[in-house]
Amino acid sequence: MSATATAPRSSPPANEVQLAGDMRLLLSGNHAVSYGAMRARPQVVPIYPITPQTPIAEKISDLQLAGDFDVDLMTAESEHSAMSACITASLTGVRVFTATASQGLFLMHEMLHYASGARAPIVMVNVNRTIGSPWGFWPDQTDSLAQRDTGWIQYYTENGQESLDTVIQAFKVAEEVLLPAMVVHEAFYVSHALEPVTVPSQERVDAYLPPFDPVHKLDTEIGESWGNVVNQDMFYRHRKDLGTAMNQVLEVSVRADAEYADMMGRGYGILEKYRTEDADMLIVAFGAMVGTARVAVDMLRAAGKAVGLLKIKLFRPFPVEAVRAAVAGVPRLVVMERNFSPGGGGVLHQELKAALYGMPDPPAVHGYLAGVGGVNVSPKKMVELAEKALTDEPVPDSVWQR
Amino acid sequence: MHTYELDEQTVFNSGHNACPGCGEALAVRYVLNTMGPNTIGVVPPSCIAIICGPQPYSSMRIPVYQTTLEASAASAAGISRALKRQGKHDVNVLAMAGDGGTYDIGFQALSGAAERNEDMVYVCLDNEGYMNTGAQKSSSTPYLAVTSSTPGGKPSDKKDITEIMAAHRIPYVATATVGYPDDLARKVAKARDMEGMRFIVVLTPCLDGWGVADDGAVRVSRLAVDTGFFPLYEVEDGERYTINHGPKGIPVERYLEQQKRYRHLDADQIKEIQTGVDHRWSLLQARAESMARPVVCD
Repeated sequence: MSATATAPRSSPPANEVQLAGDMRLLLSGNHAVSYGAMRARPQVVPIYPITPQTPIAEKISDLQLAGDFDVDLMTAESEHSAMSACITASLTGVRVFTATASQGLFLMHEMLHYASGARAPIVMVNVNRTIGSPWGFWPDQTDSLAQRDTGWIQYYTENGQESLDTVIQAFKVAEEVLLPAMVVHEAFYVSHALEPVTVPSQERVDAYLPPFDPVHKLDTEIGESWGNVVNQDMFYRHRKDLGTAMNQVLEVSVRADAEYADMMGRGYGILEKYRTEDADMLIVAFGAMVGTARVAVDMLRAAGKAVGLLKIKLFRPFPVEAVRAAVAGVPRLVVMERNFSPGGGGVLHQELKAALYGMPDPPAVHGYLAGVGGVNVSPKKMVELAEKALTDEPVPDSVWQR
Repeated sequence: MHTYELDEQTVFNSGHNACPGCGEALAVRYVLNTMGPNTIGVVPPSCIAIICGPQPYSSMRIPVYQTTLEASAASAAGISRALKRQGKHDVNVLAMAGDGGTYDIGFQALSGAAERNEDMVYVCLDNEGYMNTGAQKSSSTPYLAVTSSTPGGKPSDKKDITEIMAAHRIPYVATATVGYPDDLARKVAKARDMEGMRFIVVLTPCLDGWGVADDGAVRVSRLAVDTGFFPLYEVEDGERYTINHGPKGIPVERYLEQQKRYRHLDADQIKEIQTGVDHRWSLLQARAESMARPVVCD
């Protein structure tokens, strides 16, 4: 079967595109992830349940029982063990998928570093959830953002369709650069919201994503070992190599997405500009707030305000050059984000300011802590905040906004 | 004089980094050379990692994955499952961890792997403490033994990992020690040729941590068995007990006096330890006997 449809690259993502052999299903964001994982054909899935990730694991179990998903599902006794098994299964030469959230991601933290150091191209979905204490089950990106130094590629998605497509793309990128990749979507707003989702045909995904066949693996015929003690010079070189691989992700991601768009009819880029023409200001967002921001921008434009949207999809590595190009000539930015780093502020706000440093005529940047802890930010609220940002003088620190 | 013959394959090489006379290096030799070259090893931080050697050297002629301290069993499970997905059913997966990585921080992963009956041989090289970091106590350290974190002697008993693992009803659990190399090698070979979760705890005297003479590892190891301090036995499917070597009427004092870590003991304390050893031996015999009885349902 040939995929001849031309992918519309404009926004919003053309998730209504359906090609021969595709399935069109009403799915939650989490179930969309399970279908995406199924299409990527991982052979081993070590996993441990945690709210709000559980529907991902449950659907994989259902698909396995139904005979649709030929996978070894390892029900680990903790996230730490799940990630430990992910790493070795990957190093033994099979494709590996897992999913977690919040505290589970934190329990994995040690092994997240281990995975990237071992150059294991695992793909994991993290469902953003508040971190204790106190307990909460609400959408908040602080869990995954606290892993930004672990050497994992990080993609933030805004709906189930994008999560499904990004899981498949993430395998392509991870296996080329040999780094693990995290696909992140938010609790409930994305994880449990039902939307029509296109599941691409297996034949087309197989053509896009060939079987994982690494040159280096744990194999008695090859005899290579992993993780022995190294000296300072070897450690230095090892970290530098990891950095080189991470830098390659920018180019590989763009290419993987373009190929995907050509074959499946949907593409996203590593970032997206929405109605940015002649903008006085851009709202900068990632994750579920992007969907809200699209509506807010439409409302603002309808009211004659020249406000656009910059969506950050690839967060690690941070696409510095692409961001600088996207905001060149725009006088003002307002970051709206659902996370908080005490003593630092909004993480995207920090990253953005660092990315713009030294840029000629840089835009002024507002950082709004809107939606922290899962607080709802409606389109109307976002319009209000944007109007405020258009007139207020930006301050260096992130500002709490409700 | 005890003599033995082993059918060894050269997987473990000389020139490794263990202390001269190390009991654990001896155990690694028997374990690896019995498992054979068609094996993938998993090693957490421990003396075993030191013995294995720094990059780019290795004393082990097999692929070895060095994992984190708490993850040995989970890491081995990942390899084992991936091998099966590749149709490689004949490759052995061997985890070799110390007692800290087994009894303490690695216990959750170990118990989980046992519950799932993961296909691996897990060997705990038990030197009764965190010897690689300067001899701190672990939950394997025996009652009243001095370590750098229990300078007055450990106030609590050694955890009974053998019975805990047997209670998981896994195919094979055994105790072994380097002073009985033929018994150790036989158990490793037996475990190697079985399927599912197999667990062997090997008592490996640490010369420095225990305060044993450079030529004393094997002697102390044999005394641990011959005094009843560490009986050698096997448990299959959690209930079929076979006691291989038990006390030979030698007082436990003969074992304790070989080691500096017990030098502070007074006569009452030695008596207390002897009472504990006798009690545990009678419990083991009773358990082996009662497990052998057929279950009668009314």
